[in-house]
Amino acid sequence: MLNRRNFVLSSILAGGATLALPHKALAQAATSKRLLFVLQRGAADGLATLAPVADPQFDALRGAFAEDYDGVGLIDGLFALHPSYEKIGALFQQKQALFIQAVASSYRERSHFEGQNVIESGGAKAYSVRDGWLNRLLGLLPANDVRALALSPSIPLAMQGPQSVSSYAPTSLPGADEDLMARVGRIYESDPELGALFAEAQKTRAMAGDTQMRNLRDAEKVGGLAASLMSGADGASVMMIESNGWDSHAGQRGQFSRQARQLDALLAAYQQGMTNEWKDTLVIVATEFGRTVKLNGTNGSDHGTGSAALLLGGTVAGGKVIADWPGLRQSDLFEGRDLNPTASLESVLAGAVSGHFGLDPELAMRTLFPERTSPAAEGLIRL
Amino acid sequence: MTPTSIAWNRFGLGGRPQDQLPDDPQRWLLDQLDRYDPRPAGIASQPSSTEAIEGYLSIRNIRRMARESNAEDRGREQVQEVRQTVRRNYLQAVAARGQQAIESDAPFAERMVHFWSNHFAVSVQKNQVRGMAGSHEFEAIRPNVMGNFRDMLRSAVLHPAMFIYLDQFQSTGPNSQVSVRRRRRGRDEAGLNENLAREILELHTLGAQGGYTQTDVTEFARALTGWTVAGISRARRAQTLPNGSAWANYLHEPGSRTVMGQTYRQDGHEQSLAILDTIAKHPSTAKHVATKLARHFAGDEPPETMVARLEKTFLESEGNLPSLYRAIVESPEAWTVEPVKFRTPWEWSIAILRATGGSGMNARRFTRMQQELGQVPWGPPSPQGYPDTANNWAAPDALIRRVEVAAQIAALSREGDVPALARHLFQDGLNDSTATWISRAESPEQGLALLLSSPEMMRR
Repeated sequence: MLNRRNFVLSSILAGGATLALPHKALAQAATSKRLLFVLQRGAADGLATLAPVADPQFDALRGAFAEDYDGVGLIDGLFALHPSYEKIGALFQQKQALFIQAVASSYRERSHFEGQNVIESGGAKAYSVRDGWLNRLLGLLPANDVRALALSPSIPLAMQGPQSVSSYAPTSLPGADEDLMARVGRIYESDPELGALFAEAQKTRAMAGDTQMRNLRDAEKVGGLAASLMSGADGASVMMIESNGWDSHAGQRGQFSRQARQLDALLAAYQQGMTNEWKDTLVIVATEFGRTVKLNGTNGSDHGTGSAALLLGGTVAGGKVIADWPGLRQSDLFEGRDLNPTASLESVLAGAVSGHFGLDPELAMRTLFPERTSPAAEGLIRL
Repeated sequence: MTPTSIAWNRFGLGGRPQDQLPDDPQRWLLDQLDRYDPRPAGIASQPSSTEAIEGYLSIRNIRRMARESNAEDRGREQVQEVRQTVRRNYLQAVAARGQQAIESDAPFAERMVHFWSNHFAVSVQKNQVRGMAGSHEFEAIRPNVMGNFRDMLRSAVLHPAMFIYLDQFQSTGPNSQVSVRRRRRGRDEAGLNENLAREILELHTLGAQGGYTQTDVTEFARALTGWTVAGISRARRAQTLPNGSAWANYLHEPGSRTVMGQTYRQDGHEQSLAILDTIAKHPSTAKHVATKLARHFAGDEPPETMVARLEKTFLESEGNLPSLYRAIVESPEAWTVEPVKFRTPWEWSIAILRATGGSGMNARRFTRMQQELGQVPWGPPSPQGYPDTANNWAAPDALIRRVEVAAQIAALSREGDVPALARHLFQDGLNDSTATWISRAESPEQGLALLLSSPEMMRR
């Protein structure tokens, strides 16, 4: 019987010991590196993403939902990736994808808004840290060649802070004429806040060029656009995309499949567009928390705790699942209802970005997640 | 900002060319509390809640009948037709809201409508809500804006749009008559959905740190079972209410409930009403509401003195909303000379349309504009509603979109004397650089676009 299997473990386990491994020095930080952070808002169900199909409790807990994984190859004899994640599955085969299961931030309650605040601000509690961990990451990178961009009209909390961040999203508004733009720019010269925003916007618009897009609805096009904005010498080094619609309280089976297909299409197009840069690219997909292990009365699931995070890209030490599998028996669950988190999401994020950018992992952990004491995870990035 | 400009822009929705400078800006604001019209003609002509839900119901019915008669293609066509009607109704509702905001002589009161509507947000991002979102504001929010928080809470959360948005309509007591019967027949169990209960506690009343636990959420969710929407099959034998909601006792979880240490032994829907009444006057609710209101008028970091004052007013007046508005207007923290808020896209768009004498846009264009600016009515990304702080709105792409919209609106206007309009709207608060660049514009149209894009217009 499968129980408490030992998978690849590292300091990712909350409170685990750190192995002292050599790290690239800060000075070597390679700015050719690219980071795309995809935040799944609404609590994506980690048990649907990476289903523990061989766990003896799974079928009973998930009922007909378990059928979705029929014929899907097992990973580590326990997990099956949701079939809608076709491209991600292929990347896993090519050892360019790594999954972390039963992972959670330090947040242990069940409000989306608090949970998202924690995973975006990097604080240990909601609203205790004011700006975002991605913005603090920018402060650790060589300032001159780093551009950061939110693929949306406004800037999500994870990217807010003192470091300059641009935002961009295609629109159907007709452009204003250049003369007006120049004059508006002159008015804003006496207003530091608006002046900076306006200059940043014009720069990003020029870079995006004519996308022929009018919005961010077509996932595949969004992936291509993201790649085009991150490619080349002027490309953004750090980008964030928000993926909404994961809050599946009812009719989850269809909703999750649709969402997963969209995300998969986005990432497939992104990878394709990043041709030359893919080898230097890290994509992190994470969500604020997981969902209840048992389905609710409306064929959905409610807010939970442990979920799954995905790392993809050319620098990822892929082809493995990192999980200290907590089990699904009633007594295994967090508060009797949720997947018990056995890994720290903050450790994963700090470990992944420090490995990727060649930063000191301790410095990264301390800077990005100042209120956390667990060490940055190791073994996520190819050294 | 001058006191008049603060009254017009920070409290109101923006000055208009025809507005007289008030002698007493505070009085001008307080008078609006009496002048407020909960049901102006443009809004009274919109479909009622019970009419608004019909689109949703007929799509359900068409789908069911199509399935039963294996005519799914025909069903899809019919659904498309209904969807078009729903979409048209939504555009009309957005336009009616916009028109009321642009034309109102009580813009401070209208701002409070927008505030509460966002506090009790429903969202058309869940497509089933689209047809009903307007009726939620028009019938559940508007009539209560000059009333009591308790009544507003009841009508805002016990509304079909909210029931559908937060899944309440299908929540079933695990030991309700229906569940017991289904179990006996070996059928799939329907069950509890705690979404609405959680959001009422977290967003509408106590606030996330308001002192409740997961057990309280579940208990409250059990008490709420029985509330659903009229016209769906599970409500066939339910008691229908005038707003299109329904009470189905056979879906209700029997027994007493304990929420935050208090036990509720009431039968039927009285139980959830009693819980709502208790949390409506809870000190955590007072604090939560006071903080949001102070943030809306005195800055993203609400001054503690003002929060405390509003909290006290909330508790002493037992949630009397006009008392709160009076306390806001009389708070010195809300009258600081420097702008304290970056206007949200909705606020900015309404301000520029008031400044230029109306939209001249049809419903579709008006709605499209709101979408592109990022704050289309009743379309927030989550039940938390749209954010109310600058860091969520002051962003590069968002700013450039405003300039593009400003150019469009300026092109539709026939304003001749832009320098005078600028002076009228902001009086002595007009910056020299804005005034200079407007006076140097190559045409009135360009001058107006500059005024609408100016720093003065972006903040309040």
